[in-house]
Amino acid sequence: MRILLRLRPGLRLRRVLRLRPGLRLRPGLRLRRIRPAVPPTSFALNDLLSEALAGTLQRPGRSALTALGTVLGVGAFVAVLGLTATASSQIDSRFSLLTATEVTVKDIAREQNEFADPAFPDDAGERVERLGGVEHAGVHWPVREDTGQGLAVRTSAVARGQNDMIDVVATAPGALRAAVPHLVQGRLYDDFHADTRQRVVVLSSSIAARLGIATLEARPAVFIGDQPFTIIGIIDDVKRKPDMLLSVLVPHTTAEELWGSPTDAAEMLISTRVGAAVQIAEEVPIALRPDHPEYLKAVPPPDPKSLRSSVTSDLNELFLLLAAICLVIGAVGIANTTLVAVLERTGEIGLRRALGARSRHVALQFLTESGALGALGGLVGTSIGTVTVVVVAVARNWTPVIHTGTLATAPVVGLVTGLLAGLYPAVRAARIQPVEALRR
Amino acid sequence: MTPSAPVIAFRGVGLTYPGPPPVEALKPSELTIERGDFVTVVGPSGSGKSTFLNIAGLLDAPTAGTYLLDGIDTGVLKDSERTALRGRHIGFVFQSFHLMPHRSAQENVTLAMLYTGVPRAERARRAAEALRRVGLGHRMDALPSRMSGGERQRVAIARALVGHPSLLLCDEPTGNLDSRNADTLLRLLEGLHEDGMTVVVITHDADVADRGARTVTIRDGVLHDGPSRAVREQERA
Repeated sequence: MRILLRLRPGLRLRRVLRLRPGLRLRPGLRLRRIRPAVPPTSFALNDLLSEALAGTLQRPGRSALTALGTVLGVGAFVAVLGLTATASSQIDSRFSLLTATEVTVKDIAREQNEFADPAFPDDAGERVERLGGVEHAGVHWPVREDTGQGLAVRTSAVARGQNDMIDVVATAPGALRAAVPHLVQGRLYDDFHADTRQRVVVLSSSIAARLGIATLEARPAVFIGDQPFTIIGIIDDVKRKPDMLLSVLVPHTTAEELWGSPTDAAEMLISTRVGAAVQIAEEVPIALRPDHPEYLKAVPPPDPKSLRSSVTSDLNELFLLLAAICLVIGAVGIANTTLVAVLERTGEIGLRRALGARSRHVALQFLTESGALGALGGLVGTSIGTVTVVVVAVARNWTPVIHTGTLATAPVVGLVTGLLAGLYPAVRAARIQPVEALRR
Repeated sequence: MTPSAPVIAFRGVGLTYPGPPPVEALKPSELTIERGDFVTVVGPSGSGKSTFLNIAGLLDAPTAGTYLLDGIDTGVLKDSERTALRGRHIGFVFQSFHLMPHRSAQENVTLAMLYTGVPRAERARRAAEALRRVGLGHRMDALPSRMSGGERQRVAIARALVGHPSLLLCDEPTGNLDSRNADTLLRLLEGLHEDGMTVVVITHDADVADRGARTVTIRDGVLHDGPSRAVREQERA
């Protein structure tokens, strides 16, 4: 048996209907109309993109002007990050080979214990040079009289005047080699001179000129205090410890024999292979003083990353702020233009709704248009920023450096700016009622 | 869609705009338009023609009664479903054409199939076919700004036809045309009607109204079957 109930939709049953035993419709049961199945309309992704592109290209001049803010913002962003990366890589390349392979060790024994002897052992240089990764190592200290005064250096045993004070630095052969001197005449002293406590000196060409020495052909000698020394080498440059050029250098063993053990100002200069410096700085105090490693303080080269960040962070913050302001202005520009476009194209929106576009399709289209504008601005801005970095680098004879992360992120920043800017206009477009839109 | 069902069935359909004061734009009315009808809807301005168009075109929902389009009860549909029904079953022709100015005639026509899942190549093919049907096979790449009013309205008709709707809903289609172009256009509509298309033309022009096989008159928000003259005599009697 089939019972067809024809009731007004939405009505509630007031009484119990007994259709057959066990099957009854209860009061309060709300009868619902059968919903017909209407498949919803769709908006394919490639159609969405081509419609958005067509919408953007409808007014190419206006679109270009709209994207300008994003172009400037993203361009500034890329240029700032690129220029700071470029500049800091120049700093790296200028300093890295020397600073990254240099370790200095200071004697801080007196700070730990005022009765401590000088911390460096006699064979400090040899011990450190045995460590893997060390190229040259040796101690050096300024030589003083017991009175604490400097030493007179002259070319004859007879004093000529008061103005003959020149710094004398006791320098181990290893320290001399580690400084990478450039020899113009003669030779450097080496471990033989040190082991046999030869009375020899190496000095710079400027001090040689001051002492009136032009050539080593005549085997000239100098008197330090009252001790004669043979000049065996003249140097005109050092890569490390440039104050060596202002001093007379004597083997450390010779200095120790004549003027006593090093003062607390003794230091050690170590040159290492590339990449070994930090490791060696950790090892040296233990290698030299396993009993009191705390008496020695090894100074490794500065970390290149921290060097770079300290140089660039101030610049970065300022210019990135400017770039962010440009981006905000760009976003406001896009938002404004898209909003105007929504109002202008109300008729089009109404038509699209009449043709089966859902409000979300309309919103999506305007969002895609503003996103496309932003992404386009981002791409152009990235290009302009890159060109700026290259031009500046070429003008300064630098190597342009832009991190791939910057290049990959910049257009995305533009896209996100465009999408954020398009959010409000898209919502406005979606709210437009087709009836009102078509009345125009 | 039920093949036997009428295209438009108004069962006590009315629309009252909530006040204050409430405006009864369309009083509860009964109307049936069968498949293949050519109906003109006439009435003075302010009589409720636009309201009728909006309800019949699913642009607005009635506040009373049931509207069945192709036998589908539109009252229980969600907004997205009403949109889909509108896009697939109704072809609109507007007085002001509503063509996109920067797109060619063919692109304007393809727009009608953008949301109904027709593949791109198929859209271009059908659009060309529809433009040939309205006699614009030679103007496919022309921009609307380079076309006459009559040509633009024929592009709009091609756009309305291309999705094979069950109802062609024309709102003052000759309103912006001179009499010669208007005549061409009405002949085109008559031709479509002869091919089996259901055509509803809303107009205030008595000459246009007379071209319809059947006329419905709206007076003060009430639908009457018959031409306006007959309706007035009826009222007097």
